[in-house]
Amino acid sequence: MSAAPQKAKAGAEKIEVEVSAIVPLNDLVTRFEFTRRDGLPFPPFSAGAHTVVEMNDDGRTRLNPYSLMSDPADSTKYAISVRRDDEGRGGSLFMHRKVKVGDTMTITYPVNLFPLDLRGRKHVFLAGGIGITPFMAMIAYLERMGGAWELHYACRSEALGTYVDELTSRHPNKVHVYYDDKKQAIALEDLLDGQPLGTHVYVCGPQGMIQWVHKTAAAHGWPDENVHSEEFLAPQPGKPFEVRLCKSDITIQVGEHESLLEAIERCGVEAPFLCRGGACGQCETDVVEADGEFIHRDHWLDDDDHASGKKIMPCVSRFVGKTLVLDR
Amino acid sequence: MTIQFNEETFRDDYSFRNSDWAIKRFPFPFHEDSYMYSVNMEQHRGGPEGSVYEKRFDVDEHYVSEMRDRAIVLADDPLRCQSLPHMTLAGWDTLELIMVSKSEDYPDLFELHRDGDRWRWINKPMGIDHTFTFLDETTLPCGPLEYITRQAQGDYAVLDQRNDMLYMDAGMITTQADWSLDFDIGMDFFEWHAPVPLAHEMGIFKRALKFLLNVQQGAPARRLNWTMTVNPLLDTSPENYHKWGVQKSTLTPQNIGSKQHLRVELQTFYRLPRSNALLFPIRCYLIAFQDIVTIPKWGRRLHRVIRDLPEELATYKGFIDNRPMMLDYLSQYDDGLPTSPGVWPDLDTEPPLQK
Repeated sequence: MSAAPQKAKAGAEKIEVEVSAIVPLNDLVTRFEFTRRDGLPFPPFSAGAHTVVEMNDDGRTRLNPYSLMSDPADSTKYAISVRRDDEGRGGSLFMHRKVKVGDTMTITYPVNLFPLDLRGRKHVFLAGGIGITPFMAMIAYLERMGGAWELHYACRSEALGTYVDELTSRHPNKVHVYYDDKKQAIALEDLLDGQPLGTHVYVCGPQGMIQWVHKTAAAHGWPDENVHSEEFLAPQPGKPFEVRLCKSDITIQVGEHESLLEAIERCGVEAPFLCRGGACGQCETDVVEADGEFIHRDHWLDDDDHASGKKIMPCVSRFVGKTLVLDR
Repeated sequence: MTIQFNEETFRDDYSFRNSDWAIKRFPFPFHEDSYMYSVNMEQHRGGPEGSVYEKRFDVDEHYVSEMRDRAIVLADDPLRCQSLPHMTLAGWDTLELIMVSKSEDYPDLFELHRDGDRWRWINKPMGIDHTFTFLDETTLPCGPLEYITRQAQGDYAVLDQRNDMLYMDAGMITTQADWSLDFDIGMDFFEWHAPVPLAHEMGIFKRALKFLLNVQQGAPARRLNWTMTVNPLLDTSPENYHKWGVQKSTLTPQNIGSKQHLRVELQTFYRLPRSNALLFPIRCYLIAFQDIVTIPKWGRRLHRVIRDLPEELATYKGFIDNRPMMLDYLSQYDDGLPTSPGVWPDLDTEPPLQK
């Protein structure tokens, strides 16, 4: 439209922050709190939003998404809670081992792929483990606005019950906790049957839990649009492979422990992204030519897209074979 | 700079006028000598100084009179402003965004003083000085969306986002190009765009929806749209078609230069932070043909665009019957010389009319 159209930037807008507090919560989970370096208030955010944290790990850039779990009404700080993953690619280990109070970091503006449906008459939250984080913000919001909610929270054990004490003491009648080691389980079918019309269900946790909730709700006649879930996938390691980027006219190597998207960025090619977890659709890339097999791991493309071999989500998906040419 | 606000009307005697300043900064929508649909989005991060793209919410010489016209429309038809119950938070988001933007971008005209949730809002052009409690509707004379959009030029559609779809669930719509909020309320993105010809087949709306679902907080976007309006009418609504539709037949070769207006919408898109809704401000700018042709490049180009526009589009935009008369008029200002690329007037470099 104008004389000099601006090119869209990859990723969301960024905010320079300082680590203001590091609070270990149990053996696995630590809370990190950030304040803004420019002293301005943080932008308000909607409950369920995440931020992408940029980590400079010995010259290697890691970008990991974490749900914002602070009170959305508090513009003086943002907080995330990070579960240490000893088997993972190293982002959570970096946060746990290397980040210190006073460090400066870069995070993105909030992006919400897991919003509350504000039409809901009541909101039922189902959390598994670290999946509690987005619900911390949702609960703070609904308490402030007088919304109806209840939480069903499955944890491995009392010792790993992140935020259990805080939640149960503040909301004794709305929070229900289930411990795996005591063989306690959410009675999902009873729970779904007893809800008033206009109730929305939200689930955040391991993949199996998410599938269980969707399947059970569908079997009990719940409309799809009343059942919400969020699962960030971490890219999985895999065999190295070679990719030709035809627009950029370069051939790149994807290493065992990096994602295709990370390899593209490492080679200086700007590619769009937001969530980096296979959910948002921003990094969708056209395949020009392929001789081999795709390892699709995203939630964005549908089965037909996956089968077509014409598209790939480079943030989480990989390739095994002779030739892969992408329109990038 | 201090804006001199016009005393003017958009109805009855139509005393609306553009100053030389307003003509030169008019958002001319054609970047080349032809037009076809495109999603044509770009980031809304300012623009050349003095242009309508510079500020987040442009305020110009028509501000006070446009707000007076809006009040007349609402008095006749309160359903021009609606907000479904779940959209109140998005209304507060809108109020916050406009108050913060205007007070920062036009500190001589607007002031916002915040002490926690206790806010004092001063709108000097409209003589308003009001203290209220943020997020408490009982402290405003009407809902937050209506309150702030009675003080902001342009229409405002507020779109709820759920299940990868946008829904027209709230809005203030009084300066529209022939569509109705009361009719569209609650519709999804494809439903409310159903009447538009050609674009569906071109896949335009699918791509546009995908783009809009991904507009992120802190990164607003914009595009232009355009149509034609006889007489400088802001309210060209279906509700009032019986009043304005007939005016299209009053065009004559003698009055076309002053009566026929190019109507351009500066459409912007903001992700609202608290509600995650999408705010869609649609700002209408009007300019008479006789004013456009004072810019030689625009006169040449407008003739070529209107001449070559596909019939479906001229029909949809409502000027197919008047097109021959428009072309007779505009052809006087097209000498066949090439035009420079881009939308800007380029008065210093483009040659004057050679006939």
